[in-house]
Amino acid sequence: MVRVPRATPHQVMAAAGQARPADPDSPYRLLAGWVDTGRPADLAAHQRRHGPLPVPAYPGRAGPHRLIGVVDRSGLRGRGGAGFPTGRKLTAVAAGRRRPIVLANGCEGEPASRKDHVLLSVAPHLVLDGAILAAYAVGAEEAVVCLHAQDPLADTLRAAIAARSGDPVPLRVAEVPDRYVASEASALVNFLNTGDPRPTAKPPRPFERGVRGRPTLVDNVETLAHLAMVARYGPEWFRRLGGPDSPGTTLVTVTGAVRLPGVYEVPLGTSIGQVLELAGGAAEELQAVLVGGYGGSWLPLPSGGGIRLTHADLQAAGASLGVAALVVLPARGCGLAETARVLRYLAGESAAQCGPCMFGLPAIAADLTAVVEGAAGRRGGAVLDRLGGRLEVIRGRGACAHPDGAVRLASSALRVFGTDVRRHLSGRPCPWAAGGPRLPVPGDAAPGAR
Amino acid sequence: MSQQVLWYISRGTGMVSLLLLSTTMVLGALTGGRFAHASWPRFTVSGLHRSMSLVGLGFVGAHVATAVIDSYAGIGWLDVLVPFTSVYRPLWLGLGAIAFDLVVALVATSLMRPRIDPRGWRIVHWAAYACWPLAVAHGLGAGPADARLTWVLAVNAGCVLAVVVAVTWRATASHPDTVARGGGGW
Amino acid sequence: MSRPAAGRRGGDARLGVNPITCRAHGLCAELLPELIGLDEWGYPILAASPVPPQLLEMARDAVAACPTLALRLSGAR
Ligand SMILES: Cc1cc2nc3c(=O)[nH]c(=O)nc-3n(C[C@H](O)[C@H](O)[C@H](O)COP(=O)(O)O)c2cc1C
Ligand code: SF4
Ligand code: SF4
Repeated sequence: MVRVPRATPHQVMAAAGQARPADPDSPYRLLAGWVDTGRPADLAAHQRRHGPLPVPAYPGRAGPHRLIGVVDRSGLRGRGGAGFPTGRKLTAVAAGRRRPIVLANGCEGEPASRKDHVLLSVAPHLVLDGAILAAYAVGAEEAVVCLHAQDPLADTLRAAIAARSGDPVPLRVAEVPDRYVASEASALVNFLNTGDPRPTAKPPRPFERGVRGRPTLVDNVETLAHLAMVARYGPEWFRRLGGPDSPGTTLVTVTGAVRLPGVYEVPLGTSIGQVLELAGGAAEELQAVLVGGYGGSWLPLPSGGGIRLTHADLQAAGASLGVAALVVLPARGCGLAETARVLRYLAGESAAQCGPCMFGLPAIAADLTAVVEGAAGRRGGAVLDRLGGRLEVIRGRGACAHPDGAVRLASSALRVFGTDVRRHLSGRPCPWAAGGPRLPVPGDAAPGAR
Repeated sequence: MSQQVLWYISRGTGMVSLLLLSTTMVLGALTGGRFAHASWPRFTVSGLHRSMSLVGLGFVGAHVATAVIDSYAGIGWLDVLVPFTSVYRPLWLGLGAIAFDLVVALVATSLMRPRIDPRGWRIVHWAAYACWPLAVAHGLGAGPADARLTWVLAVNAGCVLAVVVAVTWRATASHPDTVARGGGGW
Repeated sequence: MSRPAAGRRGGDARLGVNPITCRAHGLCAELLPELIGLDEWGYPILAASPVPPQLLEMARDAVAACPTLALRLSGAR
């Protein structure tokens, strides 16, 4: 593992983005403090490393606008799943007529991901800086950190907020029900407005009309932490790592059949194989990797190991970065059975508001389950055809992207585990289907690495 | 025109109004309960529901206008809009006035539907369930001489039966959407 | 985030449905089968293409007929 030299105190210079991090080439940016000290950074440690909030570097009436320009030039893209360019979102929110609201999305509803939890645990002030800076950039009157109810992190964050002083915008924590779709952007807005944690139809999108009818910026907490770094160290520094379409580093959660499951910070553009090496390498013979969480895509291993973690490369491979999470499936596991279990979970997490989601997801989960269990018998081929047709029809027809994720997962499973599909259909017993679950699903007995 | 004729027209159009409003109720309940049949597609049912309501409003208008123009009972323009102000049978005419106001509100909000808040339209539309019984009561109470005629009673009974059956069907008809919606412990 | 403004002849009119308020009444598909189909659960599948001018009037009828006002037409002149 890379040894990062101790951070030296540095100062924020008057000009924006002119401060220098202790080691500008280190692959550890968000996690530098943790890698260095092994301790969560309190306010003093955070400020020793990164200096004070760099608002004075963007003075005057044009300051917020300049800050948006800096974020835009950095090429930072959202780390919450959709990969939307953060600078563009800031611009859209700032263009509204009323004073905006900023929501820092730290719920991490994705069961395969743990990176927001780790980030909020070890560097809460970096996230809070990011929320304040985003609020300053768009002229917001309040920034709200959204976390799951009963998450101990809520107390951590409240304590961190209480320790700060002199922030130009008030900060608070909101506790959101612990459901998968409750952390979708419009669901957060709906919850804060009405107490109902279900997504709403678009338009209007949160950036048009959100909390209390105001333009609302919803950004993942990791995105905001990167923003806090970009505001200090500038866009050129940010682009020193990563690829042109996907600059910077990213936090990746690696679980499954690797020796050292955990959260890693890697430059975007690192190959899947390299990330698995970081995570201790294969714990046994590998078969496939699920990229992008439970709404993501399967890629075969070892052939997919060379694919690099960038938006463009993954898209070319028929996948997407989503929330950067890798779940590694060993050869002694059944990708179809795992996918069917996750699909049943996703179907149960539908907010039961949109027809194609509340009927479609249980239907595709049941189809795949029937294929896996060989229950369809000689009608197996027909069930498979029906599943294919349903996958075509459901995509893009919910009020939120939840059904699209389920469709992506199921389609990629049929593609990557095609031989297994035929084996299951022909009634030959799958040696691994009964081997116990590999992918963690909330509510089930938790398997292995989490 | 002789007073006698106006009085008859008023009572006749009132009777036809009752038939049309009852038909509208039945068709509305069928639409709300998603009734569909190969020979009665949904848009036929909902289209008929709309046209019946419009024709119904026309007859109600004629019924009200002739009742006012006819000076026999001394009903004023205000009495047909503001309930319980009439000298002649204030209670029964008052019920009719409320029903009339509701019919106007129902049709007006429906014509403006694409431009108003769907929730407002929905709330007003629930008022149909109040409007129709008031109209029936008004018919039976305001013209007691007619109402004692067997065929008039039979028509009234037929309307009530049809509407009660349709509304009961609507209230108990379950559609998978209604069942699935709100599932999942939200 | 933005889409070109609607052409003068309504060439960019598009149908959209609010999937939350749509209650599978299916009226829209009966009135405008050219552009609206129903899935196996009775929910509308809209054509991705713009509404051609000769169907605009029927599209407006379908929008007005939807019992829950879930169907909308955007970009029409
Ligand atoms: C079903 C569903 C669940 C989501 N859950 C989260 C979440 O837990 N955390 C998160 O940051 N984004 C989540 N998102 C994405 C958000 O809607 C939103 O795009 C994101 O917070 C924007 O932040 P970003 O631009 O920084 O990525 C979810 C989206 C969907 C469709
Ligand atoms: S698509 Fe599914 S999860 Fe999203 S709002 Fe509709 S019912 Fe809820
Ligand atoms: S008419 Fe309205 S409610 Fe019925 S299917 Fe079409 S959009 Fe949905």
